Amino acid sequence: MTATMNGTPRKDVPAEPLLAVDDLVVEYPAKGWRRPPFRVLKGVSITIGAGETLGLVGESGSGKTTLGRAVLGLAPVASGTVHYAGKVISGLGAKERRALSSDIQVVFQDPYTSLNPAMTVNDILSEPLRVAGTPRAEAEKRVRDLLDQVRLPADAGERLPREFSGGQRQRIAIARALSRDPRVIVCDEPVSALDLSTQARVLDLFVEIQERTGVAYLFVTHDLSVVRHISHRVAVMRGGEIVETGDAATVTTTPQHPYTKRLLLAAPVPDPARQAERRAERQRLAAAMAADARTNTPAIASTSGDRA
Amino acid sequence: MTLPQSEETAVTPAVAAHGRAGLLRRLLRNPVAVTCLVLLALISLASLCAPLLTSQDPAHTSLTESLAPMSGKHPLGGDGVGRDVLARLLYGGRTSLLGALLAVAVAVVIGVPAGLVAGYYRKWFDAVSSWVSNLLMAVPAIIVLLVVMSAVGQNTYLAMAVFGVLMSPGVFRLIRASVISVREELYVDAARVSGLSDARIIRRHILPVVQAPTIIQAAQMLGLGIVIQSGLEFLGLGSATQASWGSMLNDAFANIYNKPELMVWPGVALAVTVAAFGLLGNALRDALDGTATRGRKPRGTTPRKPVAVKHSAPPEATDALLALEGLTVSYPTAEGEKTVVEGVSLTVRRGEVLGLVGESGSGKSQTAFAVLGLLPPEASVSTRQLVFDGTELGNLGRAEMNRYRGRRIAYVPQEPMSNLDPSFRIGAQLVEPVRRHLKLSGAEAKAKTLALLERVGIADPERVFNSYPHQISGGMAQRVLIAGAVSCEPDLLIADEPTTALDVTVQAEVLDLIRSLQRERNMGVILVTHDFGVVADICDRVTVMQTGTVVESAPVRELFAGPRHPYTRMLLASTLEDAEPRSPLSRIVPASIAGVTDPAVITNSVHQEGPA
Repeated sequence: MTATMNGTPRKDVPAEPLLAVDDLVVEYPAKGWRRPPFRVLKGVSITIGAGETLGLVGESGSGKTTLGRAVLGLAPVASGTVHYAGKVISGLGAKERRALSSDIQVVFQDPYTSLNPAMTVNDILSEPLRVAGTPRAEAEKRVRDLLDQVRLPADAGERLPREFSGGQRQRIAIARALSRDPRVIVCDEPVSALDLSTQARVLDLFVEIQERTGVAYLFVTHDLSVVRHISHRVAVMRGGEIVETGDAATVTTTPQHPYTKRLLLAAPVPDPARQAERRAERQRLAAAMAADARTNTPAIASTSGDRA
Repeated sequence: MTLPQSEETAVTPAVAAHGRAGLLRRLLRNPVAVTCLVLLALISLASLCAPLLTSQDPAHTSLTESLAPMSGKHPLGGDGVGRDVLARLLYGGRTSLLGALLAVAVAVVIGVPAGLVAGYYRKWFDAVSSWVSNLLMAVPAIIVLLVVMSAVGQNTYLAMAVFGVLMSPGVFRLIRASVISVREELYVDAARVSGLSDARIIRRHILPVVQAPTIIQAAQMLGLGIVIQSGLEFLGLGSATQASWGSMLNDAFANIYNKPELMVWPGVALAVTVAAFGLLGNALRDALDGTATRGRKPRGTTPRKPVAVKHSAPPEATDALLALEGLTVSYPTAEGEKTVVEGVSLTVRRGEVLGLVGESGSGKSQTAFAVLGLLPPEASVSTRQLVFDGTELGNLGRAEMNRYRGRRIAYVPQEPMSNLDPSFRIGAQLVEPVRRHLKLSGAEAKAKTLALLERVGIADPERVFNSYPHQISGGMAQRVLIAGAVSCEPDLLIADEPTTALDVTVQAEVLDLIRSLQRERNMGVILVTHDFGVVADICDRVTVMQTGTVVESAPVRELFAGPRHPYTRMLLASTLEDAEPRSPLSRIVPASIAGVTDPAVITNSVHQEGPA
């Protein structure tokens, strides 16, 4: 175990963050000859301490998934840095990057495409171990242990991913991420494809694993209620920039930035009376903003969240 | 991007990649494939064992036996220069098969690695190799072969090797395309994060996927190789000393008036071999798709069968717009009929929004589609009663149902983009039903459509009217579809997860729109959703479904204030709104109520896959 903490995650920002992203810019080349590249992240900075969950919330196109991919070394970094445990890990060569695989892991959104359909669960889970040179017998033992940790029956190993439901597949993906005791797991919308009750159980599993192993999560999601539930701190993204960062409870109940306010008011509450209030407040705010826009900047586009 | 898909809407789930063992087994179940395999095995064996099957030398000429008839010494007679036809046929098979194999081997050896590297790494290698492959494909193969043969002498195998190079772009492009599509899969990203080297990722995750298409392509290229090779030999360009089917044809052609039957033997050999390779390739493709053996019922063979249509007034007929009673939907599966909706009853009043809530596999979308009469033909549907505004819909024919659907019962789908035809302008798609149902002229329909687009909150209706679907955003597309749904002033609107694919800020606006349209037109609405926030926002009454049955129906405030069924309580407890952050959620209600005795037991998978 590489856990550095005794099981209690801390809420404050530690002096030396485990993972620090500094002024990160990610650009994808544009289609066509000599077109300027498409800038997905426009100078993003975040930090994550050991054992901490940073919730990254935003709408589609905000760049939240790209930030996760940049941390994983799967997105082209144009400028800025990613530090892990005091070392720069952005722009590493393939070999050095592979050495990090035991420290930084991932759980993707879609449990249907993140597991190779042709491989058995045993093969999927033992692959990262075998790559690291774990002997076969030891890897098999570890796989049984992992299945147990994510509450899957031991005989699940012999089956193919398609025999499992969405929630169970997500458990397999979590087990794969855990196989080499990582210190950071990037979770890219890991519960948004799941049913409500399945989502609750998978979130419980995430919290329980964190409390047991002290792993840190970069938890990317579009759902404010999920982010409030799982995070210690929250960063709100919009259009490739971070608009607000802070303590989870503060950001998700009394947000400061107008965009976070809009996001919060747009999320419906499962309570008819409170939802009616929230709706009224949202409509009032929207009307106020529209009036503002008319007086200050006459030529503003309609609803800005309504982008392709 | 971030849409939790509701599996029951996907009636035929995407078939995951099949294992290779399964491919072979399916291939052997196909009689055409087995026949081809047997024929090819026999032909190869006969060519290989030529010295055992005949004692004649295929190259031995004897003028006395020119065009000799069939005899004990020459079972198939002699050719124009007295060579034994049977021996030439058997030995000729060697030349043809080996030549074709050589060509395919060269094409695969060049095409597969190049395709793998180009598809996996892209960048400059991809650009250069794609350019070279396009160039090779533009070159006329036969002319190149003629030039090669005349330049370096009449060597069949050399010609076939060159032909292999000319065929390699076909393999290259196939492999490159498959690699590019696999490379996008998340499991390849996961493998990279797991620390696998590129070589290992290609071996473990990418090669297995490109294997099958390569084999199919190879089978078809073998047939082509034999044809080209025989063509060259027929033109007299092969080696003079080597027997081959093509040179037999050449000789037979020279003697076509004296002994036309000489054409038959090489002709039959060529036709059978080439056809066998071609058909085997097709059978492989079918086996890979898994479609060949699966019979489908023709469309529209199972009309909806009301079990017992009661003509008495429905119980809540006074103000019920829609009264559905005892709906059962089942699908044929390998293990017999599988019932996905069982005995569902619900009513919608005029001006009321009914929320149909449930998790995936609860049958909520199936219920909505059954009301619309849009279930796939293999579904067997029965209702005790399906009364819409006083008319029983359960036993209407398709044409009669079409008078209701679109006109009086409208539908808003989950995926706005896939419900707009990308090749038509939005205006055209909206005007068509308005003209058809309301019998308006083109200009009237256009004016009405533009007014509607403005009504649904589109700032520049004229521009959107003239746009193609890809030019507008998802939220805009959903507004367009809502405009289309209400364009014929329906009495009932059925919306299947209308905001699930949208961002939360857009969702709020779309819900506002549905609410205001519903009030303005006093429509009844059935809103299918899994989100209790959406239910709280817009619904008047709620029907909760679990695994195909209704567990609870109540006015919205009652349901949230005091859910009676344990399943409803469990669902409400699973919402995160009021939960203490990072506190265990599932402990609140035991999982047994969720229809699973143990969260880990594999019971959900059947529902997740949907009926198929």
